[in-house]
Amino acid sequence: MENVGVCDEFVNLKATELRLGLPGTEDGGEEERQKVSCCKSNKRAFPETEKDIESTGKTETASPPKAQIVGWPPVRSYRKNNIQTKKNESEGQGMYVKVSMDGAPYLRKIDLTVYKQYPELMKLLENMFKFSVGKYCEREGYKDSEFVPTYEDKDGDWMLVGDVPWEMFVSSCKRLRIMKGSEAKGLGCGV
Amino acid sequence: MSEDDEDQSPASDLRSQRPCSPNKSRNCISSSQTFPDHVLENVLENVLQFLDSRCDRNAASLVCKLWWKVEGLTRSEVFIGNCYALSPARLTQRFKRVRSLLLKGKPRFADFNLMPADWGANFAPWVSTMAKAYPWLEKVDLKRMFVTDDDLALLAESFPGFKELILVCCEGFGTSGIAVVANKCRKLKVLDLIESDVTDDEVDWVSCFPEDVTCLESLAFDCVEAPINFKALEALVGRSPLLRKLRLNRFVSLEEVHRLLLLGAPQLTSLGTGSFSRGDQSQQEPPDYAAAFRSCKSVVCLSGFRELMPEYLPAILPVCANLTSLNFSYANISPDMFKPIIHNCHKLQIFWALDSICDEGLQAVAATCKELRELRIFPFDPREDTEGPVSELGLQAISEGCRKLESLLYFCQHMTNAALIAMSHNCPELTVFRLCIMGRLRPDHVTGKAMDEGFGAIVKNCKKLTRLAVSGLLTDQAFRYMGEYGKLIRTLSVAFAGDSDMALRHVLEGCPRLQKLEIRDSPFGDVALRSGMHRYYNMRFVWMSACRLTMGCCKDVARAMPNLVVEVIGSDDDDVNRDYVETLYMYRSLDGPRKDAPQFVTIL
Repeated sequence: MENVGVCDEFVNLKATELRLGLPGTEDGGEEERQKVSCCKSNKRAFPETEKDIESTGKTETASPPKAQIVGWPPVRSYRKNNIQTKKNESEGQGMYVKVSMDGAPYLRKIDLTVYKQYPELMKLLENMFKFSVGKYCEREGYKDSEFVPTYEDKDGDWMLVGDVPWEMFVSSCKRLRIMKGSEAKGLGCGV
Repeated sequence: MSEDDEDQSPASDLRSQRPCSPNKSRNCISSSQTFPDHVLENVLENVLQFLDSRCDRNAASLVCKLWWKVEGLTRSEVFIGNCYALSPARLTQRFKRVRSLLLKGKPRFADFNLMPADWGANFAPWVSTMAKAYPWLEKVDLKRMFVTDDDLALLAESFPGFKELILVCCEGFGTSGIAVVANKCRKLKVLDLIESDVTDDEVDWVSCFPEDVTCLESLAFDCVEAPINFKALEALVGRSPLLRKLRLNRFVSLEEVHRLLLLGAPQLTSLGTGSFSRGDQSQQEPPDYAAAFRSCKSVVCLSGFRELMPEYLPAILPVCANLTSLNFSYANISPDMFKPIIHNCHKLQIFWALDSICDEGLQAVAATCKELRELRIFPFDPREDTEGPVSELGLQAISEGCRKLESLLYFCQHMTNAALIAMSHNCPELTVFRLCIMGRLRPDHVTGKAMDEGFGAIVKNCKKLTRLAVSGLLTDQAFRYMGEYGKLIRTLSVAFAGDSDMALRHVLEGCPRLQKLEIRDSPFGDVALRSGMHRYYNMRFVWMSACRLTMGCCKDVARAMPNLVVEVIGSDDDDVNRDYVETLYMYRSLDGPRKDAPQFVTIL
């Protein structure tokens, strides 16, 4: 699932690639799909197998900044825009959560439902905040990492990201904080 | 609630360009009779004025020259399904005394951003031509047209007896245009703005209605995304004794609706409730909303609920037993909130809602609403990979409980062939069947097979089916069924379906009544396009986008069929010599290609 997360470099690379082939046989790139002109974004390889659809479908429909097939599902934009906008907050599932990083001047917000497992989330966070987190292990957490991802759960406690199964994490996470490794000492050490 | 109403006539009004020659044997008595022509004309006029239906009038106009002429004089309501099928001049030349015009513009797929803005469908040439030709014009009903404030101003000035303005899915105008209409059309009975994009020019249009008693019978502005002057609205309702239908926008709070209902509730037959949430939360005691609804003795149609506060929903209970039409499609209502309400709606015939009511809610509908004719379930979360609260279970329940169902629009994530087969047997009255399985190319999620058999059963068993929209994984077999059984189908929508050209061929060769064909992202190419050439003059339009058409073939079609306008729609910076056709939109026209095509449209 390499397309998940911020991948500006990827898209630009594809744009400079030289290829032979009929127009309309390659995805126009995810960014293009958001452009006002629908016709450009309608160019897409016609999926030959269902397997293709599964992989492109999931990346394309993750959330608005990601690529969505133009005009699909066929719901008028008036209707899409006017259904109660309270949905995200009222669900209480922690879909959009704030992410802060120690030392960073402002916070970000991410949609947790976009990801299927921890590695994807970690990759996004690493890209977003330009740090690396190392491997998680159950006994010692993110040992020797400069930064450690933590989250506040429903009970108000600060937990280490990765301890609980993914679904439980998504439903209980209220906000994320990327803590300095030095501060996180003692967390997850199992002592 | 008039999304995509079916029109009745198989032919556009103005197809018969040349009247047939006088029949000397029986019907046309002008040749060997003693009556002078003008007497005969008068007689005919008096008779033909009773003909209302478009179909009947089209038939009558073909009898002979005289009938053609007199019919042209007596037709007062004209329907034009495609504004580019003819020029405004032709309209005014043939029909001399038009009081009412119904005009449709852009093709439906434009609603889903499949067409760039500024494609056309301008109302301007129509209003300017009619301003001179039809001083007694009373009604204009537009769908998917581009209407400017200037157009509205011209309309308001040119037609002193103007009574009804209905704008459905239109855009290009704002509250300033509405203000002019409100102010100048002194005989205005109907002002219905439905799902249109109205710019907020910060004009207080409600205050622009004249100060004396109005003729208003229907005022619908639920789509206007701009605050309104409530005091002015209250005063307007107070001086509109004939008002029966009032659809408020989301800037009208529950308290304000309450006040309006106190003014005019007993006469109202249709109410759009606005936001249905409290504007002023500081008051401890909310007014008795249920009492206000209790006074709505005539309300049979309820909509709105744009920002629903669920705790107030029970206030509508007093009107539920009378409701024939209920629109919850902008409200995120859970099954628990929904069931106590629907339990009372025994007379319901039209029901629109979000899938937030879940299969459970649909089961409740099936248990209570035995008179249901039309059901539309829209997705709360219109994405491909979400969970999907409604499924084949809800559909199965509906098919078992609502045997009189005629029209269905259903968005879901999963479906089974079995549910469709069941519905095809349980609901023989179905004329409109539109199923959108939001995940593209999804098979039957229980058997893993394509959805061919399900849709096949629908076309085979629902003998009255005139409109069909398909989805899910479909092979050519599904289209073979459509061609074999879909003899009454007039409108067909296809997306991400089929394996080969044969699929489209089946439809083009097998469906004699096909009028409107819209296809996207399906593997149909030149062979398929050519196979339909015997049909295109008998159709209103064909739309094919992201298929496998080549420019060469489209040019061939255009060459072979001079009365067909073949538009290839791309984007401004497309290479003109490219062979790949992104979007094809073609339609018959009596007056040749249009002159207002933008740069990204190439007319072949």
